[in-house]
Amino acid sequence: MSDGAPRTLWRKLDRHPPPGVEAVRRNWRSPLRGPRLTSVFGLVLLLTLPLVIITGLLDYAAYGPQFDQAFPQNVGWLRLPPFDWPTRPSWLFRLTQGLHVGLGIVLIPVVLAKLWSVMPKLFTWPPARSVAQVLERLSLLLLVGGILFEIATGVLDIQYAYLFGFDFYTAHYFGAWVFIGAFVAHVVIKLPTLVAALRRSRPEPVDPDLVASRPGPVTLSRRGALALVGGGSLLLAALTFGQSIDGPLRRTALLLPRGRNPGEGPNGFQVNRSAAAAGIRAADTGPAWRLTLTGGGRTVQFDRAALLAMGQHTARLPIACVEGWSTMQTWSGVRLADLAALAGVPDPASAHVRSLEQNGLFRQATLQSNQVADRDSLLALRVNGVDLSADHGFPARVIVPALPGVHCTKWVATIDFRAGDG
Amino acid sequence: MGDRLARLRADYGAGAPHALVLLVCFTLAGAAAFYAAGEARFWRMVLWFGGAVVAHDLILFPIYAALDRRLRRATGTAPATRRALLNHVRVPALGTALLFLVFLPGILDLGQDTYQAATGQPRVSYAARWLAVSGALFVLSAVVLAVRRPGLRRRDRLPGRAGR
Repeated sequence: MSDGAPRTLWRKLDRHPPPGVEAVRRNWRSPLRGPRLTSVFGLVLLLTLPLVIITGLLDYAAYGPQFDQAFPQNVGWLRLPPFDWPTRPSWLFRLTQGLHVGLGIVLIPVVLAKLWSVMPKLFTWPPARSVAQVLERLSLLLLVGGILFEIATGVLDIQYAYLFGFDFYTAHYFGAWVFIGAFVAHVVIKLPTLVAALRRSRPEPVDPDLVASRPGPVTLSRRGALALVGGGSLLLAALTFGQSIDGPLRRTALLLPRGRNPGEGPNGFQVNRSAAAAGIRAADTGPAWRLTLTGGGRTVQFDRAALLAMGQHTARLPIACVEGWSTMQTWSGVRLADLAALAGVPDPASAHVRSLEQNGLFRQATLQSNQVADRDSLLALRVNGVDLSADHGFPARVIVPALPGVHCTKWVATIDFRAGDG
Repeated sequence: MGDRLARLRADYGAGAPHALVLLVCFTLAGAAAFYAAGEARFWRMVLWFGGAVVAHDLILFPIYAALDRRLRRATGTAPATRRALLNHVRVPALGTALLFLVFLPGILDLGQDTYQAATGQPRVSYAARWLAVSGALFVLSAVVLAVRRPGLRRRDRLPGRAGR
């Protein structure tokens, strides 16, 4: 390839390599590296990463950005077009978020292998021969930085180790957009190379940057290398999928926080935010507790006995967390739609639910009209045939199909049913 | 006109689609940085972003490459029995390292307070579990090697194949 402008600059660079460049170049010895191996890893990521990206963006939409309750709040045009998150199928969020986290983890070995396969390119001299190549290298910094940043923040978040000291949602969301741009550019620029390298009928294209000039002895076939990377992915998959299923196999998530069940009995399923952490006192949830409903200019209050005396509805619904874990339970309580009617707003445009909790980011949530209207949307009083435990939101909690777990508000104090603006 | 375009292309070093798609890339990155800049601890995020590249390219990669080189020297790469030994150490070692990298918070017992607040349970160290899984990988690898060994030996003894 001939040099771009300014030509004297690129030629000067070429003629004055820093010491050691040649030694480094000669020391790339692996006989495995080449366009074909890199392209296989590239193809796998090309087919799978879009799924991770889309499920991630859907997660943001599931939080209800129209009510300013998706984080980060101020994202400008960096978001999917607005739409109401559906309540059906009820396992929708369980699926999208389980995929986002699970697939994200499973792809880590592929990402590392892809980076290994192109590592010599980082040290080639001259680093560029044109403005185009300088810009492309800069975009690669965003690509590599983006994927590693997303993996690091994501993996730390699901294990509750907030070592990074900044807000996870903000960092993971904007980091994702940096990666998306760089990913699209990389795919567009490199797709022809990938296609050429994977054509079986043609010999492998020449790439002096990747292919070792004096290859060392073969210790592993390319097929073996692919099997090794695939094996790494399988290992991670085997140790991750348990956090999305119930029953004894949950324990197979040996190294993840959500592989352990917190206890036995009907309330012995995963807790997100304990009553102690939320500062819920027993006095607030005892006989003095009242549910306050507002809307349509009136306020009505019910104690727990009154709620239990109303028509009870039972639904088997998953509770799924942004951290990828989920669990299916049988909830019973009063339909939110029935409560809306009691508040005098039978067909609300939205409902604002507040918890007894004073400080947490998710002490309140706004539900869309379809989320109030769904036949399985409940103010749950009982789970699996017994009263909710304190950690699961006693005296009452919201459970709505396909709604992210943190928006299924626990220790509910008030619900404000809001009529449409129009 | 065509000449001027060709000149522009040669000066830039690539075609218009290349420039266009990179413009999209930098616009998205710029917009993300613009909105993120208003958030708390923005520079810390930038530091982690750059730090992730440095940590992988200039720390993690040289370390695992050097370890593999040492291992290769220790076992040798020929004949086939030695090569098999190399790979049967390499594979479980990589598995062990991968698990450590991904599940590091549980293994090192980090974030105990946030863990307890979120799950309602005290954190138990996963170091023992990690060692157990890793040990199982090594044992499994050794068993497979033992099964393969007679065949590999026969191959090494075939005339003309020594060293392959």
